[in-house]
Amino acid sequence: MGMKNMQVSSVTNFGRSGLSDWLIQRVSAVILLLYIVCHSAIILSTPEMSYAQWRELFAGTTMRIFSLLTLLALCAHAWIGMWTVATDYLTRRMMGSKATLVRLVFLVGCIAVLAIYFIWCVIILWSV
Amino acid sequence: MANIRTMTFDGVIVGGGGSGLRAALELSQSGYKTAVISKVFPTRSHTVSAQGGITCAIASTEPDDDWRWHMYDTVKGSDYIGDQDAIEYMCSEGPQAVFELEHMGLPFSRNEDGRIYQRPFGGQSREYGKGGQAARTCAAADRTGHALLHTLYQANLKNNTVFFNEWYAVDLVKNQHGHVVGLIAICIEDGEVVFIKSKATVLATGGAGRIYASTTNALINTGDGIGMAMRAGVPQQDMEMWQFHPTGIYGAGTLITEGSRGEGGYLVNKDGERFMERYAPNAKDLAGRDVVARSMVLEILEGRGVGPDADHVLLKLDHLGEKVLNDKLPGILELSRTFAHVDPVKEPIPVVPTCHYMMGGIPTNIHGQALGQNPDGTDYVIEGLYACGEAACVSVHGANRLGGNSLLDLVVFGRASGIYIEKMLSSGIEQQEASDSDLELGLSRLDKLNQSSSGEKVADLRKELQVIMQNHFGVFRKGDFMREGIQKLQAMRERIENPHLQDKSNAFNTARVEALELQNLFEVAEATAIAAEGREESRGAHARDDFTERDDDNWLCHSMFFPDTKTLGKRKVNFAPKTVPTFEPMIRTY
Amino acid sequence: MLVSVYRYNPETDLKPSMRDYQIEIPGGKDLMVLDVLAMVKEQDDSVAYRRSCREGVCGSDGMNINGVNGLACITPLSDVVKNDKLVLRPLPGLPVVRDLVVDMSIFYKQYERIEPYLQNDDPVPAIERLQSPEDRAKLDGLYECILCACCSTNCPSFWWNPEKFVGPAGLLQAYRFLADSRDTHTDERLANLEDPFSVFRCRGIMNCVAVCPKGLNPTKAIGHIREMLMERGA
Repeated sequence: MGMKNMQVSSVTNFGRSGLSDWLIQRVSAVILLLYIVCHSAIILSTPEMSYAQWRELFAGTTMRIFSLLTLLALCAHAWIGMWTVATDYLTRRMMGSKATLVRLVFLVGCIAVLAIYFIWCVIILWSV
Repeated sequence: MANIRTMTFDGVIVGGGGSGLRAALELSQSGYKTAVISKVFPTRSHTVSAQGGITCAIASTEPDDDWRWHMYDTVKGSDYIGDQDAIEYMCSEGPQAVFELEHMGLPFSRNEDGRIYQRPFGGQSREYGKGGQAARTCAAADRTGHALLHTLYQANLKNNTVFFNEWYAVDLVKNQHGHVVGLIAICIEDGEVVFIKSKATVLATGGAGRIYASTTNALINTGDGIGMAMRAGVPQQDMEMWQFHPTGIYGAGTLITEGSRGEGGYLVNKDGERFMERYAPNAKDLAGRDVVARSMVLEILEGRGVGPDADHVLLKLDHLGEKVLNDKLPGILELSRTFAHVDPVKEPIPVVPTCHYMMGGIPTNIHGQALGQNPDGTDYVIEGLYACGEAACVSVHGANRLGGNSLLDLVVFGRASGIYIEKMLSSGIEQQEASDSDLELGLSRLDKLNQSSSGEKVADLRKELQVIMQNHFGVFRKGDFMREGIQKLQAMRERIENPHLQDKSNAFNTARVEALELQNLFEVAEATAIAAEGREESRGAHARDDFTERDDDNWLCHSMFFPDTKTLGKRKVNFAPKTVPTFEPMIRTY
Repeated sequence: MLVSVYRYNPETDLKPSMRDYQIEIPGGKDLMVLDVLAMVKEQDDSVAYRRSCREGVCGSDGMNINGVNGLACITPLSDVVKNDKLVLRPLPGLPVVRDLVVDMSIFYKQYERIEPYLQNDDPVPAIERLQSPEDRAKLDGLYECILCACCSTNCPSFWWNPEKFVGPAGLLQAYRFLADSRDTHTDERLANLEDPFSVFRCRGIMNCVAVCPKGLNPTKAIGHIREMLMERGA
C-alpha cells in the first residue's frame, strides 16, 4: 500500500537516516558548546593573554584534536541545518518547478563554503 | 444510459458508519469490488458518538454469562415485539463479532486478568431476570463508538475498500421487475451525478433523529436510506417506535451515556429524591430506557422538576469520585463541562429525555435482505436491496432498544449482510439492468431542485417539521393530538417537495444536500406520525394517554407503513427461535 | 455581532474574499461558533462548511476561529470573541475546496501511510487477545484522536512538507500502534519512519498541542517514537 510509494528518498542528506542526522545534530551541538565554554573559561581566567600564550594554547595535541573535532562538528551541524532549511523552503511547493535547480545551487554553494572553511581552518591549526 | 457516468461494483454500501463499514469489510475481505458511499468522511458518521459500549455475553466480567440471558433481556426489553429468531442470532453470534473487533485492534478497556472490561447497563439481568443485575456491556472507556468506528475504518483501509467520501446517495434505481440495481449519487465536491450500478445495494444510512427538535443525534442523521427506500415503494416497519434517551444534556441535547448510571450514578428530582426507586424498585436507574424516560417526564409533569421552569431533572455522579470518573467516564466529564457548564466531579448534570434512536426502519431478515409484504401478509425479498444498522428493522429492538445493543446490532448484522451478499455473489448472480426511465426517480428530483425559482427556505421548513414532531409525537402521545399533527404534516408535503434552492452551484453545495435531506426527514416523519396514530396501545417507547395499556390481542405485532398508499398494516412477530424455547410475552416490570 | 467569513467558490470567484454578516446573538446562552455559522447559513445558504456530530467527537468542523484552529461546535463565543467580532477562515495550509471546506486528501494520505491498523502475525485466539490494564493505559491520550486536522494544519513543518512529513495527527496514530502491546510490527513500523522527513521534521514547537481540541499531545508521542528509533538504532 501507500507506504512504499511515499517512502522518502534520503540520498541528499548527510547520514543514512533521519535518526543519524538527528543524533549528529545533537552530538555536534554538545561539542560546539563544550568548545565555547572551554575557551570562554580560558579567556576569562587569563585577562591579559599574550600572543605567545595564545599560540602555546593551540600548539598542544589535545587542543589540536579538540579543535579539529569541533571543526568537524561545526561542518556537520551546518550542513545538516542548511540542508534542512533548503528542503523546507527551497521546494517545488514554495517556488515551483525551478526549485530543484535553486536548491541544488544553494546546497553546492554550502558545500563549497564549508569545504573552504574547513581547509582554511586545518591549515591554520597545523601551522601553529 | 441517460447522459451520466455509470460505475459498476459487486456491492455498494450507502453509509460509512459502523454497520456500513462492517458490511464493506466482509465483502472487500473476500475480494469483491466493494464501494462505500458516505456523505461524510467515514469516521465522522454518527457511530462515533456512541459512548457506553457494546452489550454482548463474552463472559469476561460476568464469567458465567450466557447469551441466552442476554436474549431474554433483549426480548423483554423489546416489549415482546422483537423477532426472536433475529435476537437469537444477534446474541449468539455477538461474541464472535466482538472478538473480531478486538482482533482488528479496538482498544477495549481491560480487567485485571487482561480480558475486556464490561459494565452494567440498563435492562441487563442474570438467569433470565432472576439473578439480579448483570455487567454485560463491553466498553472502551466511554468512547466505545469512536473506538469501534475508527477500528472498522482502519480495517477497511487495510483491505482496500473503495471509498466515495462526501458523495450523497440521492435515490435507488429499481427496474421494471422490482429489482434494485444500484443508485443515483452526487459527488458533493464537484456536483457530478452518477449511476452506481451494483448487484447488491446495502442501505446502512443510520437513523433520523433530526425529525425531532431535541435529539442526541448528529446533524447528518436525516434518514436518507429510509427516504430512498420509501420513494422506491419499500414499506417501513415499527416507525412509531422512537427511543427517548433518559439523559440528554438539558438545553444542548448531547448524550450522557447510560454507562454513567451503570457505574453507579443516579437521577434525582428537585427534592433530591432518587425517584427511580419508586418506579422500578428492583432495577432502579437501570430499568429499560423507555421506563426511565417516562418516569422522568412524570416527575416533571407532577412538578418535581428542577430549574426555573422545573423542566428537567439531575444526574448525580459526584459520589463516584474523581478517579472512577476520569478512568471510566472521561468523555462525559468533557461534554458536561462544555455543554452543561457543570463539573460532574462536583455537581450533578441537568438532563432531560431526548430523542435518541429509531427502533423502526426497513424490514429485513437476518441476512439483511429488505422485505416487502404480499397482500396475504407473507414476506417477499426485494431483490438486490439490503439494509443494516439503525436504518434496518430486523427487528432486534422491537418497541424499545436496550443500551449497548445498537453497536452489537450494527456489527452483527453488518457482518451478516456482508456474509450473505458474498454467498450470493459467489453463486454467480447476474447484474440486473436498468433502463433510462428507471433512473428518472432520482434525476427528476434533482432537476426540480436545480430549477426551483420560488418556494420556502429549507432551514425554515426543517424547523417547522421538527417542532411538529416534538410537540405531537413525543414521549407521551394522544390520538386527537396526533391526528392534528398528521394534518399539519400533510399540509407540509407540497412545500417540502418544492423548496427554494437559491444556491445552484456545483462545488461543495451543502444547501442542495440539506434540501435533499429535508425531503428524507419528511418521509420519515410522516411514516412515524401515521404509525404512531395507528398503534392503539402503549408498548415500549410508544406511550399513549388514550390507550395506556399494552394490547397483546391486537398489537403483539409489527406495524407496517406502506408509502405508496400511506396506510398502516401489520406484520407477524417471529416467536420461533431455532435453539431455545420461545420467550412468551409477560408483564414487563423492572 | 459581526461575523466575517472566508468565501471562495471556484466556479464564480477568481480570488477568495471575506464577507461580513451581521448576526443577532440571543442573550442568556453562550452559543458555540457552530451555532453562529448555522445562523449565517440561514441568512445565506451558499456558505459551505462541514459539520456532523456537533459535540466535538466527529472532527468535521475544524476551522480557524479568530486566528486559532479549533472545532466550531465546542468553541463557545465567550472563549474567542473580542470586540464583538468573529472571523472564520478555513484551516490553514490545505487547498480550499470552497469557503470553509478544505481538501484534506494529503492529510488522510499521511494517516494511511503509517498503516493505521493493528498488525499481528500470531495465530488469532478463540477469544480476545489479552492485554493488561497497564498496557491498555498506554493507549490513552492516543486513540482518542478524531482526525480533525487542527494540529497538522497548525504545524509549519506540515505546511512546508505535507507530502513527506507525516504531521502530528499521523504520528500520534503511528505511536498509538507502536505503543499497542498487541501489535507485532514494531520494527517495520519504525523502519518506515526512519528517514529524515517522516518524523524528524518535527522541531518540537508544540503548535499541535496548543490547538488540539481533545487535549492530546502529539509532540510527546513524537518524542516517544524518536526514543524507540534510537533504541532500535543502538
